[in-house]
Amino acid sequence: MMTAARDRVISDLRDRIALLEGNAGRKSGCLAFGVPEIDAALPRGGLAHGAVHEFAGGGAGVVDGAAAALFAAGIAARTRGKIVWCLTRPDLFFPALAQAGLHPDRVVFVEADGQEDVLASMEEALAFGGLGAVVGEIVRLPMVASRRLQLAAEKTGTMGLVVRRWRRQVEASDFGQPTASTTRWRLSVLPSEALPVPGVGRPRWLLELIRVKAGECAEFIVGACDATGHIHLSAGSADRADQADGSESRIIA
Amino acid sequence: MDQRAELSPERPLALIARSGSKRWISAADVKAKEAGIRVGMPAAKAQAMVHGLQFADADPAADAEALERIALWALSQYSPIVAVDGADGIVVDTEGADHLQGGELAMLTGIVNRFRARGLTVRAAIADTWGAAHACARATRREAVIIPPGETARAVERLPISHLRLSAEIVTSLRTLGFKTIGELSATARAPLALRFGPEIGRRIDQMFGRISEPIDPIRAPEWIEVVRTFAEPIGAAETIDKYVGRLIVRLVAELQRKGLGARRTDLIVEKVDGSRQAIRAGTAKPARDVAWLTKLFRDRTEKIEPGFGIEKLTLIAVMTEPLGEEQRSSLADEQDQDITPLIDTFGNRGQRVYRIAPVASDVPERSIRRIAAAAPDVTEAWVHHWPRPVRLLARPELIDVVALLPDHPPVSVTWRGKRRRVKRADGPERIFGEWWTRSSEFDAVRDYFVIEDEAGERLWIFRAGDGVDAATGSHRWFCHGIFA
Repeated sequence: MMTAARDRVISDLRDRIALLEGNAGRKSGCLAFGVPEIDAALPRGGLAHGAVHEFAGGGAGVVDGAAAALFAAGIAARTRGKIVWCLTRPDLFFPALAQAGLHPDRVVFVEADGQEDVLASMEEALAFGGLGAVVGEIVRLPMVASRRLQLAAEKTGTMGLVVRRWRRQVEASDFGQPTASTTRWRLSVLPSEALPVPGVGRPRWLLELIRVKAGECAEFIVGACDATGHIHLSAGSADRADQADGSESRIIA
Repeated sequence: MDQRAELSPERPLALIARSGSKRWISAADVKAKEAGIRVGMPAAKAQAMVHGLQFADADPAADAEALERIALWALSQYSPIVAVDGADGIVVDTEGADHLQGGELAMLTGIVNRFRARGLTVRAAIADTWGAAHACARATRREAVIIPPGETARAVERLPISHLRLSAEIVTSLRTLGFKTIGELSATARAPLALRFGPEIGRRIDQMFGRISEPIDPIRAPEWIEVVRTFAEPIGAAETIDKYVGRLIVRLVAELQRKGLGARRTDLIVEKVDGSRQAIRAGTAKPARDVAWLTKLFRDRTEKIEPGFGIEKLTLIAVMTEPLGEEQRSSLADEQDQDITPLIDTFGNRGQRVYRIAPVASDVPERSIRRIAAAAPDVTEAWVHHWPRPVRLLARPELIDVVALLPDHPPVSVTWRGKRRRVKRADGPERIFGEWWTRSSEFDAVRDYFVIEDEAGERLWIFRAGDGVDAATGSHRWFCHGIFA
């Protein structure tokens, strides 16, 4: 009885805080990963629409941003509506995104010459409204710029996905700078899931939730996006001895 | 008599102009010029000089008409301010238009190539002023010349005075006096020249060096839909400009509605008190007749208008239009995806490349994608790959050092960008054959692709040129082509 009352008080307080934050009028909802462990770490049980989420790579992914881009593509694939993808370096290979469930007709690329143009394009697209998600590959994301993106996203309820990607490995310390993004994630590649035969299995990532508004940091080992853009929790650690066992127990999301 | 049927490209050709009984050469092709024919030479003399010279009558009216057609084409393609320049050229104000074409050089080579594709010879130049561009385009042997800003004086000083747009008599008299180049003429005291020839020389030199302005009066086609607003009192404040542009758009849309058209390209021409003009162009990916949409496109850019001493006339012209029928909107249909064409237009007008990716039926990875217009109709087909594809594809495959067993084993270790990796797991080979129907040199070519994973879990897409047995299929060197997530 006590717990029910307490829950009600807490949810009441949450609503009032949301009202103060100014985005309660819009029930943008959120996009669940479909993985209970990950969704539990996020305040509303998923990635909020009308917010900016930031993904960076770890290790070599700092420069190539491959895992971060595929993760963002998987999330975008599970939204409804068109996707605008803003970038400066056109080295994305679309067949890989199509394998994560993103249809080429849904994605409009906006290729700019400078970083500022990418930020401006992202803001414009977020403010347009009616899009499924807006993805941007960005090197520097100053506080002011990220705040503008966040506000534009809140206004229209569009999800902004920022793929951080630096020119050099050493520049990645920039990710330590605070931004106004609602969630910040880091993805590092791990050895793939073991197969009973020689070969490369389903790729695995170390997914670190570095920052989340009103939530705790967490880290997960996940299997990369499947054909519908879903990730799943991969059992076991990155430990090689463990892979040799080929542990089969896993949760399919 | 049909002269054209008899003309052969092998023999020299000259055009003859006539006035009364006088006949002279008005133009000659390369072969005729090599044989010594000059423009202005009497026709009889030319006939006597060159054996087998072909003649055709010059048709100045048709030439002027063709030039006007080219000017209208340039206006629809490149910039809102285009005019016919003399009897043999067009002049385009490219300010603020080149970034849409990828910069001045890209724009100029693009123009030259388009003419060349039609079998036409063209000389093009970009300079600070009309006069300088006129002279450089006509004096050069190169097809495209760009004079950097501020270099006008250096570029034109050695050019002959005939390119100064002066009347033929003045040029002849100046030659008699010993003037050869524009540099010499501009270094001479003005007063004696003005006394003898009038103010024309000084005016042309000042126009060339940009000391006095020379606004281009843009060409207009009668069928364009045009709305004008003239101001008794010049306006200058940003809000006022916005207000009147908004009203012009409402009028233009009403006019478009009446004719059942939608605008694909709309120009706003701002005429200022000092006689200079500024133009803003807004293009749309689909025919547009929506006040809010067009207003948004112009509102984005009206801040770029420099009112100077004030604006006295605003003109809004729909340069390119397409039929656009009425459309019924259903309130039940909001489940459908929103039309994002206005957003595409906003990006396009800012000079960014907006595109979609569409599949191409090709096994060669770099050929399996193509860019299509962002507003193009949906493409239903997709890639059919059973093998994973990398998220990042390198612009060109990079040579790597490997230790591998031939013919069909994956490498044991790989060195890429100076980093050596031991291969823990690998998949492959996925054999891709050259497309001999694209290039005959690919007849035997083979690539064997492998997915490799190193100890840290980094996954790369590498291939060996050749099948590992037959040297005709490739060099057997190894390349890295992509990065997996």
